[in-house]
Amino acid sequence: MASKMVTSQSRAHVPQFERHGLSDEQLVWMLRNMLLQRTIDNRGFQLNRQGKIPFAAGSEGHEGLQAGAAVAFHKGKDILAGYYRDLGLFLGIGVTAEEALRSQFACASDLSAGRQFPHHFTKKSIGLVSISSVIAAHCTHAVGFAYAIKYRGEEGRAVLCTFGDGATSEGEWHESLNFAAVQHLPIVFLCENNGLAISVPVRKQMAIDNVSERAPAYGMPGETFDGLDPIASYDAVKRALDRARAGDGPSLIEGKVHRYLGHTTDDDDRTYRSRDEVAEMRKRDPVPSFESFLIDHGVLDKARLDEMRKDILREVNEATDRAEAEPLPSSEDLYTNVYAGETQPWR
Amino acid sequence: MAVSVSTTVMNNVEAVRTTLYDALKTDPNVILLGEDIGARGNVFLITKGFLEEFGPQRIVDTPLAEGAIVGVAVGMAMEGLRPIAEIQFADFIYPAFNQIVGEAAKTRYRSNGDYTCPMVIRTPYGGGVRGALSHSVSIEALFYHVPGLKIVAPSTPADIKGLLTTAIEDPDPVLFLEHKKTYRLIKGEVPQGRYTIPLGKADVKKPGNGLTVISYGYYIHQALEAAHALEAEGVSVEVIDLRSIRPMDKTTILESVKKTRKVLIVHEDNKFGGIGAEISAMLVEDAFFDLDAPIRRLCGPDVPPMGYAHTLESEYMISSDRMAQAMRELAKF
Repeated sequence: MASKMVTSQSRAHVPQFERHGLSDEQLVWMLRNMLLQRTIDNRGFQLNRQGKIPFAAGSEGHEGLQAGAAVAFHKGKDILAGYYRDLGLFLGIGVTAEEALRSQFACASDLSAGRQFPHHFTKKSIGLVSISSVIAAHCTHAVGFAYAIKYRGEEGRAVLCTFGDGATSEGEWHESLNFAAVQHLPIVFLCENNGLAISVPVRKQMAIDNVSERAPAYGMPGETFDGLDPIASYDAVKRALDRARAGDGPSLIEGKVHRYLGHTTDDDDRTYRSRDEVAEMRKRDPVPSFESFLIDHGVLDKARLDEMRKDILREVNEATDRAEAEPLPSSEDLYTNVYAGETQPWR
Repeated sequence: MAVSVSTTVMNNVEAVRTTLYDALKTDPNVILLGEDIGARGNVFLITKGFLEEFGPQRIVDTPLAEGAIVGVAVGMAMEGLRPIAEIQFADFIYPAFNQIVGEAAKTRYRSNGDYTCPMVIRTPYGGGVRGALSHSVSIEALFYHVPGLKIVAPSTPADIKGLLTTAIEDPDPVLFLEHKKTYRLIKGEVPQGRYTIPLGKADVKKPGNGLTVISYGYYIHQALEAAHALEAEGVSVEVIDLRSIRPMDKTTILESVKKTRKVLIVHEDNKFGGIGAEISAMLVEDAFFDLDAPIRRLCGPDVPPMGYAHTLESEYMISSDRMAQAMRELAKF
């Protein structure tokens, strides 16, 4: 089922692989999405260490899952209620590199007008729901969106709700799955399980091996897949979204991924895990693995890959320069959009 | 409030019920969700018969999870529905605190207006009904600190209809507080047909010029009883019903205080950090030289809510006699 990450195949003999209907063009798009995410992640950390931005968060290790999910997501129809470690998914469904950099620099032209932490995007025009940093609080919102879709009888639409393994310990996470199952709603709960909630390992979050094992207890199908593998991720997310879109109800799926960086730029992960542990995980890094896979399977050649990398670096450099030059919000901007009308508590 | 249309006499429960019914009839985007609002018709029978008429898609008996009731409503509102979430008793709202304070109230702000959260959270609050520790609390002070929220606490059937209609149509989240002791105790004339009252407008329930009493909810009726008693003693008391707690009507308060020069604030919620504290601070800032006496507050004591025993409940609640005594003392100052 899952595609094999073949890294040393002879170019003379191009092996076949299970592509789940993905075209060469889509596969290359997925790799580009992964590289773009990683480049912007690194840029955020660089800018922070240069003292240019106060904070950054990265998603390194989640690229494969998010590239696959982004292709499965129907842009312009589906709703994404994501979380802060979803940069690749956000980019994949229509947030631009420049918008990501504007978020990092907290520009006035940022999607939240410089209010939100980096990567807490809102973009209603592409179905990207506003989120807070309160873990799992958005899961109930996702259920509300799904309820509205079902209530209106809108066919072929579904909600994708993503979260980390830590979120699955929250009461509202449970409430969301239960509510969605009772109401048979068009929603997919996608856990990006990287095994760490900041510093707390997943074995301290739960006494079972896989989040998806809980699915039967809610009355929905569950599945765990290799989130380092973009093609397997696409397949799992697509099947669950298709199920939701067809009116067959919610699913709980879980991609096992890695987290290579600290929680954020404010976190020193050496306090709770060894460099050896990270180095060991890096051997399965989804970005170089997928590069090799596409080259080995004749989907991409080295020259085109180099060109893609250069193009992404140019795109991110230009986005950085433009965002850095953008004005910050004015002092008046603090006071707008509290309510539809005036903000004074006294009338 | 003068109305030129014909009226119907009803109690507060019937006023909530008829307003919800009209909203369901008028707007297909209106959805009710809460515990026991379906076949049971709500624990106070407010939604009795709604399930049969509007169906389970619009009258949603939810799992017993207050965080989800409000959180799911937030999602519905962001997606364009007009959810009315019910928390069965205000005492049970705490599990939904983040959804109200951290999510609903901040949706417009954090998305810079891209997403909005037009929803109502209705809940019965207040004591004097032998509700013990967990069916008696007042919660307004826990929420009125929060920008992005609106809070309404009407006292009469007409005000309930006018304000609930406005709240349902409001573009932002509104916490709508219904004092449960008034549900069947208070009757009054309610205008027929469409009737709205703007949020943020207090109502002078009884004009007077000797002193001003500011209150809301059940205590408005106690204060009116006391104020009428004092008329016989030659003391003219003006009673202001705040109706809206956020936004609050400074204009009506200042106009009254500049006339009477003495203020008594009465509320059931705890005194420390309560609504009266904010009104007092505002008066000291904006009307200090208009005051002829220190501001007085007659409020719930600093204990968790009233106990179950009749003696404990009575000690917590403020009778109209105690209000009258406070008014007399203030009038003499």
